[in-house]
Amino acid sequence: MSVIRVEKHFETLSLILVAEFEAPIERVWELWADPRQLERWWGPPTHPATVEKHALVAGGEVTYIMTGPEGDTSRGWWRVTSVDAPALLEFTDGWANQDGTPNAEMPTTAVRMRLTEHDRGTRMELGFVFESSEHWEMLERWGAFEVFPQSVGQMDALLAANSETRTIS
Amino acid sequence: MVVGKLTDEEVDRLFQALADATRRDILHRCVRSERSVSRLADVYPMSFAAVQKHVAVLERAGLVVKERRGREQLVRTDASAVGRARRVLDELETAWRGRVERMGDLLAQAPQPEETEPSTGHGG
Repeated sequence: MSVIRVEKHFETLSLILVAEFEAPIERVWELWADPRQLERWWGPPTHPATVEKHALVAGGEVTYIMTGPEGDTSRGWWRVTSVDAPALLEFTDGWANQDGTPNAEMPTTAVRMRLTEHDRGTRMELGFVFESSEHWEMLERWGAFEVFPQSVGQMDALLAANSETRTIS
Repeated sequence: MVVGKLTDEEVDRLFQALADATRRDILHRCVRSERSVSRLADVYPMSFAAVQKHVAVLERAGLVVKERRGREQLVRTDASAVGRARRVLDELETAWRGRVERMGDLLAQAPQPEETEPSTGHGG
């Protein structure tokens, strides 16, 4: 039991992903709040992550290094915007240069993670909006998710003609 | 998560183009079939010139293609541009599906404390 729903809105460069876990909400929250647990899932097996800073408070920063099979490293950071344990975490996720300073050439992603108790487990809702360095203010941050949900099917039909698409049940 | 396929400039242009509700609506209306600018102008409470300006922004971002046919300017959403935007989201989806799967694996493991004891301690 994991991902149960994915919605992609190309017109706002946003994505919603909903997953369910058979675990108590506090346990799921720990996956984010405990840096040692975070580093066990953040990077893919080929690029494990090491979390350096981990200040999960509004205005706080999380930094990590991902190490590839050749010993190559890439650095990333979160800037935490909002925390309400164990229900809500909002942050901006971006890439960093080798010296740890934010890489302004890469777009950042605003992430909103919400946990709710569901049946006997936990539902995790992840919302993502791509932000470019200069224009992110132009998008209403989370309002983006409410725009034109009815037209997604129409878009998918168009894309199906262009490339393969998957149906997510 | 790496957005290697679009340059920052392209992403910026995409953002600018998509940051306006009218322009997003134009994109949707022109997905299934081409529409003339004058027909689009009938839909919105704004001048023909204003609609034309929105179309121009979309065109610069590569999201629509404009074609003159007789006295009409026809607008059509560019499927490959839409696909490009969608690929950015596909990469993000793939990265996070992997993460969610790993989270599920971790949760499935017995909740035994490892060497470092987490705060959910059982007394004793």
